[in-house]
Amino acid sequence: MLRFIVRRTLWLFLVLFVVLLITFVLMHLVPGGPWDREKALAPKVVEALNKRYGLDKPLWEQFVNYIWGVLHGDLGVSYSYSDRTITSILAHGIPKTATLGILAFIFALIVGVPSGVAAALKQNSAIDYSSVLFATIFASVPGFVLGILLMMIFSVVLHWLPTTGWGTFQQLLMPVFCLAALPAAQFARITRASTLEVIRQDYVRTARSKGLPESTIRVRHIFRNSLIPVITVAGPELANLITGSFIIENLFAIPGVGRLFVQGIFARDYTLIMGGILFYAIVIAILNLLVDILYAAIDPRIRYE
Amino acid sequence: MAIVSKAQTVPVRPHHSLWGDAFIRLRRNYFAMGGLAFILILALMAIFAPLITPYTFAEQHLDQILESPSWQHPMGTDQLGRDTFARLLYGARTSLMVGIFTQFIVLCIGLPIGAISGYAGGRTDNYIMRFVDVMYAFPDILLIILLRSVLGGSIYMIFLAIGLVAWVNIARLVRGQIMSLKSRDFVSAAKTMGGTGNYITWRHLLPNSLGPVIVSVTFNIPRAIFTEAALSYIGIGVKPPTPSWGAMIQDGFNLIFSKPYMLLFPAIALALLMLAFTFLGDGLRDALDPRLRH
Repeated sequence: MLRFIVRRTLWLFLVLFVVLLITFVLMHLVPGGPWDREKALAPKVVEALNKRYGLDKPLWEQFVNYIWGVLHGDLGVSYSYSDRTITSILAHGIPKTATLGILAFIFALIVGVPSGVAAALKQNSAIDYSSVLFATIFASVPGFVLGILLMMIFSVVLHWLPTTGWGTFQQLLMPVFCLAALPAAQFARITRASTLEVIRQDYVRTARSKGLPESTIRVRHIFRNSLIPVITVAGPELANLITGSFIIENLFAIPGVGRLFVQGIFARDYTLIMGGILFYAIVIAILNLLVDILYAAIDPRIRYE
Repeated sequence: MAIVSKAQTVPVRPHHSLWGDAFIRLRRNYFAMGGLAFILILALMAIFAPLITPYTFAEQHLDQILESPSWQHPMGTDQLGRDTFARLLYGARTSLMVGIFTQFIVLCIGLPIGAISGYAGGRTDNYIMRFVDVMYAFPDILLIILLRSVLGGSIYMIFLAIGLVAWVNIARLVRGQIMSLKSRDFVSAAKTMGGTGNYITWRHLLPNSLGPVIVSVTFNIPRAIFTEAALSYIGIGVKPPTPSWGAMIQDGFNLIFSKPYMLLFPAIALALLMLAFTFLGDGLRDALDPRLRH
């Protein structure tokens, strides 16, 4: 197990390096540079700026310098937010993105898993049909369309919630709901399918014939086993929530990492783009690693060697 | 004699091929057929848009700015005096084209790579899969945004940007399918009879892994459509004046309080199209793989 974790961690560093390399190459293929303005800057000024930010050096040297900086925890200086380091910009964005993602994740688990279990235990009942119907709707309607519809109802018609912004509890409600809708639906679908499968297993029948009370069977035999597939998707879902929130952040004007990244693309802010990608790639990689470890811990049939 | 007459009364189940059988199951699923009907009707309306509406998507009537829905403009006009209904119809062209052509690119890249990886195995497989792992480490939509900035804003480049990122899933799926099929008896039989690698892959392995691929493509189409709409909504999708539902949502969003229907029509259209594809995909999955049904 320890060997597995060490190997995966080393591999992770290699993957992050390649991700940064690809991003770097793509970024420099984009026509234009960070100093493009509506009114063109004087060539002398551009030259001076390039010199100051090291953009006059050959590309490979820029990349080596960047990686050297990253290894020392220095993500460089932003080109569009004058004189702010990327680390400090990300430090402002990450808490917002993380809060949104984690709240939405918890909300999705609390709503999705029980409704999936309830639907499976009462298969072909009204509970089942309505749960499946809602799961299908929320699994297919994109979050930002959902956000717009919610905004129209709760902000435009009812005037209950503010449309955009960050800071108060009311401002959190709609974005968290929009983010949580898709994973909640997926949790419900997967939980329902896996519970239905577990219910038909021999060991459940054995437990019943032993005369165990129904509640014990449900908690000890059904629920615990039906959760295994949920964990497989939970990691990628959390990663999706955190990386996918950029459109919700844009819709609700929340200054998280996603919004910063999009602004960075518009401004050709090379270091900001790299920093954003690095943050997301690390989140995805760590969550996938966690899922693998958790998976082995829960399901004794899985061994990594 | 009695036995014979009894046997005659028992209806003989007609023989169906795998696909024929799947089609019958699909036809019984009303949600899936509803989704399919919605998609087909939308596609027909998009194709014959010039016959349905007298306006074009770029035509500006500056004397009729931001009009509410009326007989003349069934969904009103936008801030440049363009007919919203016409833009919605022509926008459906963009959306459906994105859905179909990205999947075409995805299949062109993903199928062969997955097939080679699964069939060859060993070192080839290992290298390909390591590359796929790196692709997985990228946040999809951010990579698409980067590629879109490199390739530019023409609609074909949007297809390419989404396709270049989305092929990974199909490649993985096909690889898994082929690896599990490879050890089956009918493949060994074909090998014994002298079938070569290419023949076996194209004749036996790929056709048999087609079911899950079709289901996956059906689910990926709405994702591609959504991605384009999301990009256009942020302002880095297709270049105007090419109509896009995402761009229309962006236009309407700025006027959410004064002209809410400008936002409502494209948002609902997008939601319905997504729902239609999900119903169809669910139906196809149930029809093509009866074992998965509960």
